[in-house]
Amino acid sequence: MSDQGGLLDIKNLRVEFPTRRGLFTAVEHVNLTVQPGEILGCVGESGAGKSTIGNAVIGLLEPPGRMAEGEIDLKGQRIDALPYESIREIRGRRIGMIFQDPLTSLNPLQTIERQLVETITTHLPLSQDEARKKAVGLLDRVGIADADIRIAQYPHQFSGGMRQRVVIALALCADPEVIIADEPTTALDVSIQAQILDLMRELCRERSVGMIIITHDMGVIADITDRVAVMYRGHVVETGPTNKILGDPDHPYTRSLISAVPRPDVRLKRFPLVEYIESAGQTRAPLDIQNHWLGQARDFDATEGDLLRVEDLHMRFVTRNSLLPSARRYLDAVDHVSFSIKQGEVFGLVGESGSGKSTVARVIAGLYRPNSGAVHFAGGELTALKSEKEKDVYRRQMQMIFQDPFSSLNPRMRVLDIVAEPIWFHKLASSKAEVDEIVKDLLEHVGLGAEAAVRYPHEFSGGQRQRISIARALATRPRFLICDEPTSALDVSIQAQILNLLKDLQEELGLTMLFISHDLPVIRQMCDRVGVMRYGKLCEVAPTEEIFTAPQHPYTQHLLDLMPKLQALSHEGLEVEEPAIQ
Amino acid sequence: MSEESGKLQQASPGLLARALDSDVYHSFRRSPLAIGAAIVTLAFILATILAPLLAPYDPFDPSQIDLWDGKLPPFWEEGGDARYLLGTDNQGRDMLSTLLYGGRISLLVGFAAVLLGMTLGVALGVIAGYVGGWFDAFVMRLADVQLTIPGILVAILINGILRSVLPIELRDELAIYVVVLAIGLSDWPQFARVTRAATLVEAEREYVQAARVIGLRSGTIMVRHILPNVLRPTLVLATIGLALAIIAEATLSFLGQGVPPTTPSLGTLIRVGNEYLFSGLWWITFFPAIALVVLVLAVNLLGDWLRDALNPKLR
Repeated sequence: MSDQGGLLDIKNLRVEFPTRRGLFTAVEHVNLTVQPGEILGCVGESGAGKSTIGNAVIGLLEPPGRMAEGEIDLKGQRIDALPYESIREIRGRRIGMIFQDPLTSLNPLQTIERQLVETITTHLPLSQDEARKKAVGLLDRVGIADADIRIAQYPHQFSGGMRQRVVIALALCADPEVIIADEPTTALDVSIQAQILDLMRELCRERSVGMIIITHDMGVIADITDRVAVMYRGHVVETGPTNKILGDPDHPYTRSLISAVPRPDVRLKRFPLVEYIESAGQTRAPLDIQNHWLGQARDFDATEGDLLRVEDLHMRFVTRNSLLPSARRYLDAVDHVSFSIKQGEVFGLVGESGSGKSTVARVIAGLYRPNSGAVHFAGGELTALKSEKEKDVYRRQMQMIFQDPFSSLNPRMRVLDIVAEPIWFHKLASSKAEVDEIVKDLLEHVGLGAEAAVRYPHEFSGGQRQRISIARALATRPRFLICDEPTSALDVSIQAQILNLLKDLQEELGLTMLFISHDLPVIRQMCDRVGVMRYGKLCEVAPTEEIFTAPQHPYTQHLLDLMPKLQALSHEGLEVEEPAIQ
Repeated sequence: MSEESGKLQQASPGLLARALDSDVYHSFRRSPLAIGAAIVTLAFILATILAPLLAPYDPFDPSQIDLWDGKLPPFWEEGGDARYLLGTDNQGRDMLSTLLYGGRISLLVGFAAVLLGMTLGVALGVIAGYVGGWFDAFVMRLADVQLTIPGILVAILINGILRSVLPIELRDELAIYVVVLAIGLSDWPQFARVTRAATLVEAEREYVQAARVIGLRSGTIMVRHILPNVLRPTLVLATIGLALAIIAEATLSFLGQGVPPTTPSLGTLIRVGNEYLFSGLWWITFFPAIALVVLVLAVNLLGDWLRDALNPKLR
């Protein structure tokens, strides 16, 4: 970083939040520079302080946060100490903003035209007509067809991706010099994400706007940025050109972060180097299944072949109810889906949001009753069972891990009671002492200490809570585990730990798994066979290697095209697994 | 994240320590109004519980009542008697003692009625929200219908029916239970509505689904998982409901539909005093009325504060 300064300079920034538990320093010693036409990526995990930097630049720190030290210069002019009115002038006029959620960035009660024209006339000396002309031009530029007509519409008439385009147009209204984009594509599906990123890069070059992109996603970083700043706990640990940071990182944190990114191109045995970020602080000993509680009293026979068979499953939701059957509207969430999972196999279901993959999982777990079709599990037809008693036998053998670690544990129960509940219910132990012993053992097993038992869920981080969920699922000694997006709410390094844990457990316990994810690289790391879902239908089922190397269905090919390639990423310390011969 | 692993090594704090460390307690300490209201409410509750120790006389003991002492003004007025600090009523009962014993009945009826309304409302709300279907529709429409009629009218109606069913000789004896039942039954729809809404939210959360995957029966899930998580919003309702129930009791008693004059509550005292108000005996109405206003105001302020403290948006 040179002393003569760039377009935007952040110098020695420190932001503090006074709380009743003392002063919390969100970011410290942050120095960043953006040049015209350059895209600077700011990457880090949740709580690293990356959004705080963006908010500090535009003077929108949430109270009681305050800038305690440092300065922010726009073209050599210091802007952080300006009076409120002047900052407001700069915000929107010279610095544009794009936020994560396109739904809340637009006023739902005003037409797009009104919002754009109002913003333009506030900042530029243009008449209504000129402003409207400029607005139409902008919409056209961000790729909205028939901009002339669509400008009169309301935000709800646009899809999510289109809305984010409108938000970008809104940020460009006053011809800003700098744009700050906070997780601009996180709320969007992959296919739309790629288009939006392309658009942002083009606009940035074309208008020589400097851009800071704040994201947790290495794919976004690899796709679009020129330089990257890696944040860790409020500090910038490393800055440099994107290729250098991704391919040959210096700082140990960056190295462990990059090694934790799931690769789309190879399958790894385990994710290495996660020790730097390891928060659980416990190493788990490998398990001797023969002598362990989890391996004992297996009341099911070792079925060969298919453990689970789903036949012609159909599930529809009523989207508009009416007394007249003809006026009702339905959504076919699962549309005649059939597949089977072999004993000991990890079967993946992949698809974009709304493709029905979670609904399939919930039907199998017995949370929904399908409209037609059958689920066969371990020789019984689950969908034909009537009494709760009959179902209990199968429930014991089948457990589920949920997506959101913050809502999957009852906040009013101690961890001990949460994990013990299935043991008591299925009468897998006879005395309180025995149950306590099993729970402690399970907790140690998923990488938490036994002392976690007496705590409440809110005392744990997302990754630790997911470990508790896994312990609860294991407590019935299941043979089949349904994982519904188990890591999509987690940071990438925590995701690597949880995926490692699931791999270990699968191997040690010989578990069969249904693994659901929207994330293709994660699927590649975890699964033996994959089914691709779209609009409730199963497009293609094939062994993982085949899906990734020779996809048959056009939709699978399309999904793979959109997947970030991440070839620039460092391969240091990775242990590649040879493709299994099927 | 090292602070998290550091956290793991500490022992889990006890219930009291956690309560003292909670956001609600901190918001309480920062609100002088809430502290004042809590002190007044607690003082009131203590004073009425300890009435037999604090009160100079027992207003229910006829041997201590002398009609010749009737209608004495408070001691600072002309003709006042130092034995009766706040004067006496028409029958010669010491106002201060009657007030303490009367407040006891008001509070008792208030608490019991809210407890009844809350139990009924929360139970129906949780079942309606979790089970859904025709039961949900039936309970909620019933609540809607009842909410179209002012609560006090419902209470008067229930009170009237129950009293007419009871044999005459039991009416005075059971009056207090009848009043509790009447107010409690007029109170449940709000609890049911709030609880049902909270239950709908909780039932969608993944810990409830996890419980279903384990195989737990609906009853267990409702009691162990949903109930503890939906009680929070009803706490606010219960506090404000307490103030309303005390007023409802006073209203019923004032109208002569509540507890009999032999065991007077604040409302009964106000009614009795009302007859003498224009003959200059202001103290018989004035003191119970002031007590009622202060008590209800304090409880209401406490409820208001609790609502704000539990609302994450206002923090």
